[in-house]
Amino acid sequence: MTADALPPADRHAMRARAFVATSLSGGRTVVSGLGSAPPLTFRQTGARTVHLVSTAAGPLGGDRLRLDLDVAPGTSLDVGSVASTLVLPGEGESHLLITARVGAGASLRFAPEPTVLAAGCAHRLTVRLALAADARVLWREEIVFGRYGERPGRCHARFDATSDGRPLLRQEHVVGDPALDTSSAIYGTARCVGTTLVTPLVTPGPACREAVVGDGVAVLPLAGPGVLVSALAPDAVALRDRLEWGEALASAPSGAG
Amino acid sequence: MSAHHDDHHHAPDGHGRALRLGVGGPVGSGKTALVAALCRVLGPSTRLGVVTNDIYTTEDADFLRAAGVLDGERILAVETGCCPHTAIRDDIAANLDAVETLEHRFGPLDLVIVESGGDNLTATFSRGLADRQIFVLDVSGGDKVPRKGGPGVTTADLLVVNKTDLAPMVGADLGVMARDAAAVRGDRPVLFTSIRREPEVAKVAAWVSVQLRAWSERPVSAG
Amino acid sequence: MHPALLLLTDSRLPAGGHAHSGGAEQAVASGAVHDLPSLSAFLRGRLHTSGRVATAFAAACCAACGAARAAPDAPPGTPPWTGLDAEADARTASPAQRAASRIQGRLLLRVARRVWPAPALDSLALAVPDPHHPVALGAAAHAAGASPGDAALAAAYHAVTGPATAAARLLGLDPVEVHRLLADLAPDLKELASLVSGPETAWAELSAHSAPALDLLAERHARAAVRLFVS
Repeated sequence: MTADALPPADRHAMRARAFVATSLSGGRTVVSGLGSAPPLTFRQTGARTVHLVSTAAGPLGGDRLRLDLDVAPGTSLDVGSVASTLVLPGEGESHLLITARVGAGASLRFAPEPTVLAAGCAHRLTVRLALAADARVLWREEIVFGRYGERPGRCHARFDATSDGRPLLRQEHVVGDPALDTSSAIYGTARCVGTTLVTPLVTPGPACREAVVGDGVAVLPLAGPGVLVSALAPDAVALRDRLEWGEALASAPSGAG
Repeated sequence: MSAHHDDHHHAPDGHGRALRLGVGGPVGSGKTALVAALCRVLGPSTRLGVVTNDIYTTEDADFLRAAGVLDGERILAVETGCCPHTAIRDDIAANLDAVETLEHRFGPLDLVIVESGGDNLTATFSRGLADRQIFVLDVSGGDKVPRKGGPGVTTADLLVVNKTDLAPMVGADLGVMARDAAAVRGDRPVLFTSIRREPEVAKVAAWVSVQLRAWSERPVSAG
Repeated sequence: MHPALLLLTDSRLPAGGHAHSGGAEQAVASGAVHDLPSLSAFLRGRLHTSGRVATAFAAACCAACGAARAAPDAPPGTPPWTGLDAEADARTASPAQRAASRIQGRLLLRVARRVWPAPALDSLALAVPDPHHPVALGAAAHAAGASPGDAALAAAYHAVTGPATAAARLLGLDPVEVHRLLADLAPDLKELASLVSGPETAWAELSAHSAPALDLLAERHARAAVRLFVS
């Protein structure tokens, strides 16, 4: 399965920007802006739901892609994807930048399918999330270290979330150095890493202030207003199970869980 | 973190704080029983806190809490990373922090007892942590222990030889122990107890009371 | 390297470090660390994640003390401690790790204030009585006369020596072999200290390398019925 991790012959490095914006109309959310550019193509699949559909292979080495989400105050948006993202090698590094602004009283659920690091890829993923003080977010990221039986390429993901201008969560995940990937301090025997940032609408009660640990997953109340579900797993199915288990705990109203 | 807290980091000067009493000695000699007894006897007249140094888990702290001799919140447990003697002698930071946390939460206090994890005969408390220290032996360790000495036996402010009721069964000669202890300790006191038989530990409690009085009445030093 | 760095990094510094294993105790308990090679991988991973963040913050805090002092018309230097501490918080998702870092920071700060009294340390104690350890270490290094690069080196060293010693005790490993592992990490220590960014770098951009397994180990350890180390 490693030989086919080559760029498609008809595909060259791309620069593309896609965006989604919501606004409030008559007390209801409308998707008021939707811009696609291959390979990033959005389809609106519900009143307040959009899905990323792949209209080209990749990201591919050399690509510079950008995705901007603007969730206006009081609105809600659900972003998914129809398939996992396969990051392929190419000419140099691929870079995907995702920015999201979530306004006061707004709600964003961002839960695309996993990013799979094909052999030989070199990827940078940068996420900047700016939340209003009472914004409600579920932001899931899953990284799979290569397709089945494949050694992953390289990936450097940086995630920065601020809440009301103050730092809430800053994380970097680096994949692709075998000596570090297999360290029992970092990923150990896992082949996937995933996180979900959950910021509840209300300040979490005592039940959410205690960390909870399951098999390969931890629900971690942050110092700021939010909870991080952090999981490691041998495969993408187990990873999703673990994250969803943690998300349910993190999203439970105070007093439950 | 919000700004402008009070400065909770205590100065080393001992004025205005509780007497810190270290209780050390080998595993099983009766340290925890002695601490529980002192809490029971002194508790009604003394504002108390206790810090335990368990080797594993928080067993001693849990025992003291279960004994009900002291409000459970006034008992703090310190983990010692495999090295109970380090935590009371060389790197006393965690114990000092626990003592000061108790004083900050419940102060002013009169007495904070720091019970060491069970250790060997060389373990003593740093003077930076304990103002006075008691070393607890028991007769079942053999009547040769005082003669062998070691810093705990020789330098502790009070040596308690516990479980005297077992002396006939283990063939320990209390007279030999008293003589040997006196030889290595000079004028420093030795008390023989059986905490199981005499749970009020009157002699030890009286000694602690004298120390408490001396501590509260000591002159203010220039430094 | 400033000679004070030897004192700051010495395991005999009475700042409570001996009671922390940095996740090593739980890694040993789970079987993940069981011999020298697995310990080596653990240490290398720890160094390049939480160790890397620690070097960045120790250096940034040390530099912030210097900048505050150097400001010509500024009142007695008060680095923006709460901001730095909040940035450290945002990089420490695990509550158990935050608690361990803050305990060690508080104990180090207390020692540093007695050994190297300095206005910056007093202002830190007032603003954040229990700062994250790298924040306290950076401030202590500055108070002791060391440079941001020195502070970074001290932080990197601290990230691996405590866990190494803990694992040696728990597994009964040959201490000479464990020290050989640490010696093998010397180039990594040097590299990390050299990566430290200059004072113009915004704190928001400082390293945020995370270690998901360490987070899991820390939370499991905090719930363990039997443990010898605080963390």
